[in-house]
Amino acid sequence: MKALIAIFSFLALVTAAVSCQGPQQIEFNRYYSAGAAVYQTHCQNCHGDKGQGLAELMPPLTDSVYLKANKGQLACYLQKGLKGKITVNGKTFESQMPASDLSPIEIAQVLTYVTNSFGNKGGLINSDEAEKDLKSCR
Amino acid sequence: MKAINLLAGLAIVIASCQSNTKNALPILGNREPVTKIVDGKTVTDTVYTTIPAFKFVNQYGDSITEKNLNGKIYVADFFFTSCPSICPVMHRNMLNVYNAFKNVGDFKIISHSIDPKYDSVPAMKKYADKLGISGQSWWFLQGDKDATYKLANSYLSSAAEDSSAPGGHVHDGWFILIDKQKHIRGTYNGVDPVEVTKMIADIKTLQAEPDQAVAQ
Repeated sequence: MKALIAIFSFLALVTAAVSCQGPQQIEFNRYYSAGAAVYQTHCQNCHGDKGQGLAELMPPLTDSVYLKANKGQLACYLQKGLKGKITVNGKTFESQMPASDLSPIEIAQVLTYVTNSFGNKGGLINSDEAEKDLKSCR
Repeated sequence: MKAINLLAGLAIVIASCQSNTKNALPILGNREPVTKIVDGKTVTDTVYTTIPAFKFVNQYGDSITEKNLNGKIYVADFFFTSCPSICPVMHRNMLNVYNAFKNVGDFKIISHSIDPKYDSVPAMKKYADKLGISGQSWWFLQGDKDATYKLANSYLSSAAEDSSAPGGHVHDGWFILIDKQKHIRGTYNGVDPVEVTKMIADIKTLQAEPDQAVAQ
């Protein structure tokens, strides 16, 4: 009986700890899981299921330094596409990324997914931030 | 007693089924019976469809015809380098096939561009280089567009121009396995890594067939 009580109280403790997410964590989880679906539909063919890219044709999404350095431009890349040479993980890529018709919220979701997957830890990018970045596209 | 006999019979049937399916790949496509007289006896034989003659140019600028594939087991697909949809997935999977067999002399991969206007010989060379392909085991072929589309049908595939599709062309993502007699021995969804893994296993099965072992 004692053991049973111990197990139940342990379970209760775990449940409490898991459900005790702050509103920020909940918002992040919402963006991240929606972003995973956007990624599978719009990005995965070229960039791969693990963000591994494809040889020297399609850049990988595992270069945290590149993602951080270009953070303010990422939303624009997704909306307007990307042309010209870029250097990712020390390799040069020059294939053209097509423009997309993703909405600002979808862009925020998929950026949250990508910048927090494949070894990246960039934190939340919400729709306000994406919209602000989209206004200043070069 | 009867039940035991029945069970034994069943076991034999199951066992023989397994051995049949395990060791032989089917021959696909149209077939027709041909009756001829051999040594005074009437013999009926089945003639299977084969891949017809073609002439294209590879990424090195060399002319390639069906004769260059004589005595080779090969896999064919249809793609274009600016394809934004399924091609990257197909060739990500095809890279596994390339890496498994690139040192096998009588095996080749041929990828036909369905957009020869954009996919010039230098464009194909660049694509191959970027994909990390060297040597003669994977050819990227381009040439007459209508001839390519027609050839696709011979491979049980389809390819066409379609201005409404992303990239302006439509095609399906099949990998077609061809034996040394130019028979179609398998079709695999090139977008699905599981099917491509099966194709790699089937290629090994095919290589072990007596008809495939001899150089022709």
